[in-house]
Amino acid sequence: MMGFLASFEALRHDKRAAIAAIAATVAMGIVLAVFPFIVGSALGNSWLRIVDFAMLYIMLALGLNIVVGFAGLLDMGYIAFYAVGAYLYALLASPHFGLHLPVWLIIPAGAVLAGIFGALLGAPTLRLRGDYLAIVTLGFGEIVRIFLNNLNAPVNITNGPQGISGIDPIHLGGITLAKPISVLGFTIPSLHAYYYLFLVLALGIVFVTIRLENSRIGRAWVAIREDEIAAKSCGINTRNIKLLAFTMGASFGGVAGGLFAGFQGFVSPESFNLMESVMVLCMVVLGGMGNIPGVILGGILLTVLPEVFRHGAGPVQMALFGKILLDPEALRMLLFGLALVVVMLYRPAGLWPSTTRRREFKGESTDVLKEGE
Amino acid sequence: MDIFIQQIINGLVLGSIYALVALGYTMVYGIMGLINFAHGEVVMIGAMVALMVIKLLVNSGLPVFIIILIALAAAVAVCMAVGYSIERIAYRPLRRAPKLAPLITAIGVSIILQNLAMLVWGRNYHAFPPILPTSEHDIFGATITSLQVAIVLIAALMMTGLIILIHRTRLGRAMRATSENPPIAQLMGVNINQIISFTFVIGSALAAVAGLMVSANYSIAHYYMGFMLGLKAFTAAVLGGIGNIAGAVLGGILLGLIESLGAGYIGDLTGGFLGSHYQDIFAFFVLIGVLIFRPSGLIGEKVSERA
Repeated sequence: MMGFLASFEALRHDKRAAIAAIAATVAMGIVLAVFPFIVGSALGNSWLRIVDFAMLYIMLALGLNIVVGFAGLLDMGYIAFYAVGAYLYALLASPHFGLHLPVWLIIPAGAVLAGIFGALLGAPTLRLRGDYLAIVTLGFGEIVRIFLNNLNAPVNITNGPQGISGIDPIHLGGITLAKPISVLGFTIPSLHAYYYLFLVLALGIVFVTIRLENSRIGRAWVAIREDEIAAKSCGINTRNIKLLAFTMGASFGGVAGGLFAGFQGFVSPESFNLMESVMVLCMVVLGGMGNIPGVILGGILLTVLPEVFRHGAGPVQMALFGKILLDPEALRMLLFGLALVVVMLYRPAGLWPSTTRRREFKGESTDVLKEGE
Repeated sequence: MDIFIQQIINGLVLGSIYALVALGYTMVYGIMGLINFAHGEVVMIGAMVALMVIKLLVNSGLPVFIIILIALAAAVAVCMAVGYSIERIAYRPLRRAPKLAPLITAIGVSIILQNLAMLVWGRNYHAFPPILPTSEHDIFGATITSLQVAIVLIAALMMTGLIILIHRTRLGRAMRATSENPPIAQLMGVNINQIISFTFVIGSALAAVAGLMVSANYSIAHYYMGFMLGLKAFTAAVLGGIGNIAGAVLGGILLGLIESLGAGYIGDLTGGFLGSHYQDIFAFFVLIGVLIFRPSGLIGEKVSERA
């Protein structure tokens, strides 16, 4: 999709570049299409699941990128919107309430509901910036989680810490993705089918964010990020534009949440703790805030790296010491924390920063300690 | 009525601990304009180290008072070292970077400390050895243990000491100058790097004391205890007005009271719909409320529009 866009832009300028871009798009399309089969046969189904999750995280990271990367509003409770989408799916398509509504209804409903939650969070926090906003959004995320954890009494809505299980798999027009699908003699296993669905949706979100970035709204977001007062004096309605950032970012989270619930078949409040919000934020910041390819890279790296550590920590210790000395789970998070610190120390703008931000980082601040004052 | 007084006492004890931790946040924020997200983990490290030392010495035959003192000294020393290293490694190189970068390193440090603690002390809860005297006193029909009295008194003492340090000494003057305007302070001969390191070290020492208090008060410690405590202490700092020392004390005590009274009465107030397991949400509602209606906190100075 990105290749497609690149080709679209290039067509206007240069014929040869256009052909190259189309070739790149086709090549990338083929790679993406056969990718699950390569992973599935080379590394097994557990890694294919991780790839599927990477797609979900890319969607989340792109949604958060609108809020943090474009509009510069530091949101640390983003996972709450993921939770809203996931729980809506779980409630409307599981034996918990005996409801089994169709997917094409629930996913958009999840997007809308998450969007409303986004506006609810955005409205009272419009005046806040920076660290303060971070803490309030963090508190909001925790409040949502605490309610999910406790809304099983006196009326059982969320089933408390046990969560909701037996959620309907994603099914479209009589075809369920939970079982292998046969198309024209080919059999597509379930995980592969989910991969294609998530890929299509992720590409859709990439497309939307790219178009947003270059739109009037996207430029308004960047203007607010750079200097809110100046943006206001240029005639931007900062209140509405900021609310829009929260709402749009949240609705992407809602979509990803619904998909997660259908894919996983089970939701519990544990999946939506602060660590997850931090994870998604790290994807955005580490990858390169505001830069869509960077954010995608961050999403992939931070989904795959902890898994590599998880799978590697045990065997490597066995090979080196002959026994497992250190808890692999703790070790993997330790390495993850170290990676965060090291990347930030050496590349404070992220691994793949956008050109605007790279320019900002070159500009020297005259103030020794306090930036932006 | 005695339940009310009991909740007030519990709130005061909780509040003094919050206040001690909040001081660490507020001093760092006052000087660097940075939320030290890893501060809660420093409290946890303090609690764990103190607990480990107490467990080691519990059968040594030393008097209880001496054991506690040694444990406290060890915890304070370790926490000071941790605090100093955090600033040196994760924050100092990023002083000129935009605000998000130190925030991410702070989160990274927090994850590192938590998982280091998990590696060293395991993921189990550690019980506090029952070595403390458990005499109880009656006040207006409510009970207060001598441990609780000690917590409140020690916290008060430390806070007074800190306020004297900041307002009556040369070092304190340098700290206030740095917080006011770092470049100018530097021109006046203040060694900013030293002052910032010092701030982190003092904050961490207070955190170590608070850590011992928390684990003694709840008779328990584990690697994850720092996170929620840190968040609440930060809320307390914001409530009082971040950057303001007296504000942190006031905010801590108020938050402790709000929490224990809230948890005690929420069931009655909502007709049993919400129970005391919602205790943790009070801090966040208070935080959101304060930031919306009075972002500068109760006794804080006006925060500039462009934070």
